[in-house]
Amino acid sequence: MLTLYTRRRIINVTGLLVSMLAMAFGLFWLCWILFTLLSHGLTALTPAVFSQMTPPPGSAGGLLNAIAGTLMMSLLGTLIGTPIGILAGTYLAEFGQRGWLAPVTRFINDILLSAPSIVIGLFVYEVYVIRVGHFSGWAGALALAIIVIPIVIRTTENMLRLIPNTLREAASALGAPQWKIVSFVTLRAARAGIITGVMLAIARISGETAPLLFTALNNQFWSADMNSPLANLPVVIFQFAMSPYEDWQHLAWAGALLITISVLTLNILARILFRQSATTH
Amino acid sequence: MNAETVNTPKVTVRDLNFFYGNYRALKDINLDIAEKMVTAFIGPSGCGKSTLLRTFNRMYQLYPKQKATGQIMLDGSNVLDPKQDLNMLRAKVGMVFQKPTPFPMSIYDNIAFGVKLYENLSRNEMDDRVEWALKKAALWGEVSDKLKQSGTSLSGGQQQRLCIARAIAVKPQVLLLDEPTSALDPISTAHIEKLIDELKKDFTIVIVTHNMQQAARISDFTAYMYLGDLIEFGDTSTVFTNPKRKETEDYITGRFG
Repeated sequence: MLTLYTRRRIINVTGLLVSMLAMAFGLFWLCWILFTLLSHGLTALTPAVFSQMTPPPGSAGGLLNAIAGTLMMSLLGTLIGTPIGILAGTYLAEFGQRGWLAPVTRFINDILLSAPSIVIGLFVYEVYVIRVGHFSGWAGALALAIIVIPIVIRTTENMLRLIPNTLREAASALGAPQWKIVSFVTLRAARAGIITGVMLAIARISGETAPLLFTALNNQFWSADMNSPLANLPVVIFQFAMSPYEDWQHLAWAGALLITISVLTLNILARILFRQSATTH
Repeated sequence: MNAETVNTPKVTVRDLNFFYGNYRALKDINLDIAEKMVTAFIGPSGCGKSTLLRTFNRMYQLYPKQKATGQIMLDGSNVLDPKQDLNMLRAKVGMVFQKPTPFPMSIYDNIAFGVKLYENLSRNEMDDRVEWALKKAALWGEVSDKLKQSGTSLSGGQQQRLCIARAIAVKPQVLLLDEPTSALDPISTAHIEKLIDELKKDFTIVIVTHNMQQAARISDFTAYMYLGDLIEFGDTSTVFTNPKRKETEDYITGRFG
């Protein structure tokens, strides 16, 4: 018969061991992915990648048009989605205490948050691309905006809920009307967290492929026209990686590495920003 | 149980009941708050002292399930009247909370925030007001050269004095203090207690405190509450040295609570 103390220690050690194994398992794949990406991508990452257009098979080229297209659509998607997301999240956290509208909105937003991105792509294809009659950068940006909105709504609401009620009470005790409390006190206090959420949303959309396949499609040449098909990194990677041509495959690795690095950078920036704000409060 | 005769009551509370949903947290409270004096509410946790304080500026109004009935007369009008303009009420009745609550903005803007709600001051007038409030709150010396710094960068005791400065900058008549020193160290507490003594020249002060010595040190009148009832109310020296009720005596001598 083991003593209670020994049993507790055994359980503790077993638990610790299992968690460490789980962590090692997760890290193993992550490291493998990063390693493969770096070993293939680094050699392919030449200056030409940033200065030349996507080539036809067999000739040299780069990813400039795809990089530009991704930047344009991500930026526009963020610009459309962020204000809507922040306003809706603010409504949910600050104004929606009474009534049915907020719980319903929150529920639908959670569904949207976990909706497969391909569904969003199909949706934009159906309501926009088919009506206009051609693929376009606008359609791509719209699809990305629809992905941004629920993420920003969720983080904005969560960050505002972290603000202690005493701060709202303090502003209210001075006789401030609610719109002033929200815009000058609580939104400001939650600013770093909300920006973090926006950055995470950008990180998320910069790698989305499915919604762009149906909306922006691709463009082999330089184009800054949002009203025509637009090249973008995810779709180019998809196309080039699946091709039998070796130069294309190399470029696909370079593109994959570029996206990964930028997403990683955004995530790290978001974390640093959030930690800084956590220490000042 | 009724108030002693006080020279000029600033606030008179009559038959006040308070409900959290169906729970009756205050039971027929009657009490007079003397003008330009310090009145302390003491009692064990959950006795309703903070609840009572929060009826004076209708702070409870933020929460849908809370309501108060009865009368709280301030300058001849009933605070609880639904027609009472809440923002004008809060211009008259300032409040400072248990935890310091500096707004996420500069020290200067923390103070200007409330003033701007009621007055249109020129830049110079606002500078003067900020300086005046910070001096009143005994904080000017420590922050006069860093007014542009964030209010959250100050120490806990300084933050609490900033909150007091912010409350008095609006020039209220009544100042509600909800356990203003319970989150502070002894030195900051001493600062604030000294400050309260200064402030009562200009303001009617109502303070909730867990600390009986503090109530004895700084207040002119003390109300002892228990389970939503006002057990005893009178001038502080009487309540502490010669309480009329057994329950009060038990509490202040530490036999209970």
